[in-house]
Amino acid sequence: MQVTSMHFKARAKEKLADAKLQAALRKLQGNFVKGRADRVAELDNFEAIREAGAEIRERALANLDLYLAEFENNATARGAVVHWAETAEQANRIVCELAAQYKARKVVKSKSMVSEECGLNDALAAAGIEVIETDLGEYILQLAHEAPSHIVAPVVHKSRDEVSDLFEQKHGKPRKTGIAELTREAREMLRPHFLGADMGISGANFIIAETGSTLIVTNEGNGRMVTTLPRVHVAITGIEKVVPTLEDVATLLRLLPRHGTGQTITNYVSVTTGIRGAGESEGPEHFHVILMDAGRTRLIGSDLQPMLRCIRCGACMNHCPVYQSIGGHAYGWVYPGPMGSVLTPLYVGLENALDLPNAATLCNQCGVVCPVKIPLPDLIRKVRERQFERGLKPWWERAGLALWGWTARHPALYAIMTAIGARALAWMGGSGKLIHNLPLGGGWTGRRDLPAPQGKTFREMYGRHWRRS
Amino acid sequence: MRVGLFVTCLVDLMRPRIGFAALTLLEAAGCEVVVPETQTCCGQPGYNSGDRRSARVLARKLMTEFEACDYVVAPSGSCAGMIRTHYPDLFTDDPAEAERVKRLCERTRELTDFLANVVKLERVPGTFEGKVTYHDSCSGLRELGVKTQPRALLARVPGLTLEEMPEAEVCCGFGGAFALKFGDISSHIAERKCANIAAAGADAVVLGDLGCMLNIEGRLRRRGDTTTRVLHVAEVLAGNVEG
Repeated sequence: MQVTSMHFKARAKEKLADAKLQAALRKLQGNFVKGRADRVAELDNFEAIREAGAEIRERALANLDLYLAEFENNATARGAVVHWAETAEQANRIVCELAAQYKARKVVKSKSMVSEECGLNDALAAAGIEVIETDLGEYILQLAHEAPSHIVAPVVHKSRDEVSDLFEQKHGKPRKTGIAELTREAREMLRPHFLGADMGISGANFIIAETGSTLIVTNEGNGRMVTTLPRVHVAITGIEKVVPTLEDVATLLRLLPRHGTGQTITNYVSVTTGIRGAGESEGPEHFHVILMDAGRTRLIGSDLQPMLRCIRCGACMNHCPVYQSIGGHAYGWVYPGPMGSVLTPLYVGLENALDLPNAATLCNQCGVVCPVKIPLPDLIRKVRERQFERGLKPWWERAGLALWGWTARHPALYAIMTAIGARALAWMGGSGKLIHNLPLGGGWTGRRDLPAPQGKTFREMYGRHWRRS
Repeated sequence: MRVGLFVTCLVDLMRPRIGFAALTLLEAAGCEVVVPETQTCCGQPGYNSGDRRSARVLARKLMTEFEACDYVVAPSGSCAGMIRTHYPDLFTDDPAEAERVKRLCERTRELTDFLANVVKLERVPGTFEGKVTYHDSCSGLRELGVKTQPRALLARVPGLTLEEMPEAEVCCGFGGAFALKFGDISSHIAERKCANIAAAGADAVVLGDLGCMLNIEGRLRRRGDTTTRVLHVAEVLAGNVEG
């Protein structure tokens, strides 16, 4: 997927002024934020489950090489073929080669954020292969030629009316307005694709080392059709998704749907193990699993490793005041919100996403709701540190910090500077004691005032105590 | 009990009144209060901007200044949180300093947390006629667990009633340098906070951090609300509210 994170500020401004988007984002808060809170409240040992979830993911990462090898062995024993892709381009190439090998003309896909990382659809289209997204949200976006704006609810930015218009235009059928009718129409359009596809491509929420299985959670059932109807199934996911055992996955499944969609469990949990066996009537003849690195191993062993615990529930963005204000598109890549503020710069390059780690208040609501206890604000700060170390901060910020740091180390000078500052700002505030337009501080005073200081510093007013003692 | 008051840079510059209110409260609780003269900044601006080195220098300076105090108290969840939750991270690769940092962390408290949980202040000096609503600042709430302490203390102020606003725990959009760098987004988040404050229908919004105060008051005034007062919890508790 093309990275447009460098346009964060300009796009955020557009999104703030987009009334339709603002209404859609408010709904998301209602559904997902409240939904999570309700589902979590149902568990009397929630914190213990959360602790266990974090421990499982940390254990998997600490022994990543071993569990991946175990996964490969067990998957291979069941007739699957495991491919290793170091980069997104390699992953695309592998899929295209498989499509060529099996003479696939038509591919149906269930939702996969890793395939979004790769821009897989474009690569397949360039190879002359027809790709159809079958997750309802992704299907809508494919028709509209738009990118997802949320990892769980990709089409959250669109209203029902917009979908009605889109379907009418693209399907050439009478305009529908009800959700049930719209969904039925999409199902009718998708059904022949499921039946006629040569290859199904899915992602994987987890891959299970002890059984060599891939696992997806879905609500629409499309994932099960994608993984079982076509003669070839290709699952593509990140290497960090490995989990040691089925028991471990069961624990994580107590967390993922609750945090993602506010559900106790998703409508479908599909565990895919190996190929169709002799005498079996269902399942693909060929099963390929592509495990992609694309930046992940760089995090292993670093202070940013906890980010790889992520199980992609989306709770961090649902609860983020910044995401709630601007939605996902402004972030400019696959993963928006707090997880994106860490992942995007690390996967696509610090210099290609300079704003993202800074566009956070560090309020830690994301860290509080993360089901696997990723300390997101701390990680965001560590990405800022990397920016600082590499000299990627703007000159005025570095100069400002240096001046502040130096002055704060020299109390006598600090006292003079702050006394002057307090007076100047108080003067600017006038009789109303409000500064409406702060020179060089337009960011602050563009849409709010700056209350003026009292006029003297605490230090000045308290000074007589020091002099007396 | 010898208590070092860490005034914080924003209170020093913008609202000395709050520093004196904190002083009043600590003295009312029977503490011997010292205000180290050379104190400046806890290092948070540098730390949150990725400049660990300057943060470390200022952290060392603060540790030295408050070495002789039994407690360090700040009228700010953000600055107290910087010390308690983040100073240890600054010195992870410096075991010689680790013990000193640990001792400082144990002794550092946000003002209301100190008053409610350490000295267990029973009678507060202030009075306030009217209805207030309380905004939970992020660092105080999520780093230090400051939630019931200010409410318990406010409940002891004669004349004061507390009306909770919707989303009291949601960030106001300040975020330090974020408020300047991403002013549009910051103001948008502040607007949502102001709407929630308005929904509570209170005479004043009370809170414990100056950054949030400036942000919320700035947005309230710009949206045309000239009456809802924005007060630091220390001002209300000490009865040190501007006339």
